[in-house]
Amino acid sequence: MKKEILKSTRDGFGEAILELGKKDKNIVVVDADLKESLRVSAFAEKFPERFIEVGVAEQNLIGVAAGLALFGKTVFTTSFACFTPAICWNNIRISVCYSKANVKIVGSHGGIATGADGASHQAIEDLALMRVLPEMVVLAPADFSQAKELTRLAAKHKGPVYLRLTRPATPLITSYRSPLTKIGGSQILRTGENLTIIGCGPILTEALKAAENLDAEVINCYSLKPIDKKTIINSVRKTGKVITIEDHSIYGGLGSAIAEILAQEYPVPVKILGIKDTFGESARDHRQLWQKYGISKETILKEAEKMLR
Amino acid sequence: MEKNLPEIAKRVRKEILGMVFEAGSGHIAGSFSSTDILVSLYFGDILEKKDKFVLSAGHYCPAYYSVLAEADMIPKKELKTLRSLGSRLQGHPHNLGLPGIVLTSSGPLGQGLSQAAGLALAAKMDPSASTSAMSSVPNGSRQAKFRVYCLMSDAEQQEGQIWEAAMFSAKYKLDNLVGIIDKNGIQIDGTTEEIMPLGDLGAKYLSFGWETMEIDGHNFGQILDALETSKHISDKPTVIIARTIPGKGVSFMEGKWQWHVGAPTKKELEKALKELK
Repeated sequence: MKKEILKSTRDGFGEAILELGKKDKNIVVVDADLKESLRVSAFAEKFPERFIEVGVAEQNLIGVAAGLALFGKTVFTTSFACFTPAICWNNIRISVCYSKANVKIVGSHGGIATGADGASHQAIEDLALMRVLPEMVVLAPADFSQAKELTRLAAKHKGPVYLRLTRPATPLITSYRSPLTKIGGSQILRTGENLTIIGCGPILTEALKAAENLDAEVINCYSLKPIDKKTIINSVRKTGKVITIEDHSIYGGLGSAIAEILAQEYPVPVKILGIKDTFGESARDHRQLWQKYGISKETILKEAEKMLR
Repeated sequence: MEKNLPEIAKRVRKEILGMVFEAGSGHIAGSFSSTDILVSLYFGDILEKKDKFVLSAGHYCPAYYSVLAEADMIPKKELKTLRSLGSRLQGHPHNLGLPGIVLTSSGPLGQGLSQAAGLALAAKMDPSASTSAMSSVPNGSRQAKFRVYCLMSDAEQQEGQIWEAAMFSAKYKLDNLVGIIDKNGIQIDGTTEEIMPLGDLGAKYLSFGWETMEIDGHNFGQILDALETSKHISDKPTVIIARTIPGKGVSFMEGKWQWHVGAPTKKELEKALKELK
C-alpha cells in the first residue's frame, strides 16, 4: 500500500510566496509574530527588505498593509484565522475593502482542525466574516498544491483576498489534471448521480471517503466568493439533493452560500454540515475533533442515508 | 510664492460653514480647530510634490475638502454637494471617489496612522535589494522618496491601534512620517477630560520613541516652524501636538463640544459668516 503523502496547506502557501517573491519585487509580506507558523520564515530570510514584522498588533497589521498597498505593493498579511479577520475586521472593512486595497489576508489554522490550542485558536467564523465584506474574494484550498495555486491567483488578482489555510498535514486530493483553478471556479473531485456533496478545505477528505459508499458527486468549492454557481446548479439539476460540509460554523460559511443560491434559483433539499453553533475544544488529533463535532465521513453517510430514503 | 495664510483660513472656514449648512450635518468644531494646520500644510510651502497626506480624523473632511478646493484640486462649486447622493464628497472621505486626490478612506478613528506608517515605509523600501544582511530594521536609515503627514484628533488617541502604529513607526525609524494631533480637548459627548483623560500626550509619544513638539495650533509661525523642523529629524517619526480651540473662528462656537457635530441654523450661519468677514 503506497504511503499517503501528507502536507499542509500552509506549507503550500509558504512555498508559493517564496517563489512569488523571487519573481515579483512588489510582493511584500507583513506578519504579526507568526512567521514560522505561517511558513514565511524562508521569505523573511531571503527578502528581509520586503518582510515587515508588526508584532502582536493585528489592527496595525492591516493598516500598514493597506498603506503599503496604496503605494503599489502587492501585500500578503500573515496571521491565524482566529486573529485576522477576528481582531481587525473593521480595519479590513474600511482600510482594505472600502479602499479596494491590494491586500491578501492569509488566515491559517482555520477550523477546529487546529486542535490542541483549543477553542480560542479555532476559527470557525472567519469564512462568514469575510464573505459579507464587499470586494473581498474568499478562497479555501483543499490541499497543499491547491494552496500554492490559490496563492499565485491571489497575487495576480487586483484587490482584497482572504486565503484560508489549515494547520495539520493532510492528503493531496486535487489532481494535477483537474480543471484550471480560477477565482470563482470549483472542481469536481468525483462524479456521481444520486447526491451532490459540496465542501471546502481539507475536510473534503471526509467527503471523498464517504462518497466511496455512495453514488455521490463531490465538488471542491475552493472559491466561496465569487462562487461557481453554474457548476453547482448543473450538479444539483442532476442529483436533486445536496450535503455541504465545512470546518466552520453552520452559519454564514459555505453551506449558507450554497443555500443562498439554491433557495433563490433552484430549491432542493440541502443539509448543511459544520460546527453546530458551538465552540470547539482541545484535542491532539484533528480527526478526533471532526468525529466529535459531526463533520466526518460517518456524519455524511448518516445524512446521505436520510436523504436517499 | 507668499501666501496670506490667515486670509485663506478665513475663506476655508466660510466654505465649511456653507457646506455643512447645505448638507444639514457635518463636523464643525474639529474642522475649524484644524483649519489653520491644514492651511499651513497646503499653502505654507511645506509639501513637496510627492508628499502624501492622510486624514485619520475622517470627520474633519469639510476642512479637508475646502482646502483641496482652495488648492484647485476640486472645483469650489462642488463643495455644496457634501453628503448628498452621488457626491464625490462623502460624509467621511472615500479615496475611490477622489482618485489621485484623496489617498485613504477614513471614518472609524485610529486607522489612519497605521496606513500613514505603511506609506512612509513604502517610501523607504528599495525593492531591488534582496540579500542584504538580516537586520531588524532593514529600511530604517534609507533616504525616503516622500514624506507622509497624518492629521489625527486628540480623542482618536483613545484607540489602541494608534499606539500599535506608534510602536511600529519607532521600530522602523520612519523619520519621513509626521503625525499632527489637533488637540482641541473635545469629542462627541463632552470634553476629553470627562470622557477619557488623555494624560500627557507628549510624554506618551516621547516614551514611544517619537520626536515630540507641542505648539499653538492657531499660530501660523509655530505651525510652519514645527513642520519645517520635522524635516530635519532623523531615525524617528515626529508628532506635532497642536493645542487648538474647537470651533475656532466663530465666537459662539469656540470651546463648545456641542459643536462637534451638527449643522447651524440659518440665523446661526448668518451670524457666523458676519464674524468671518
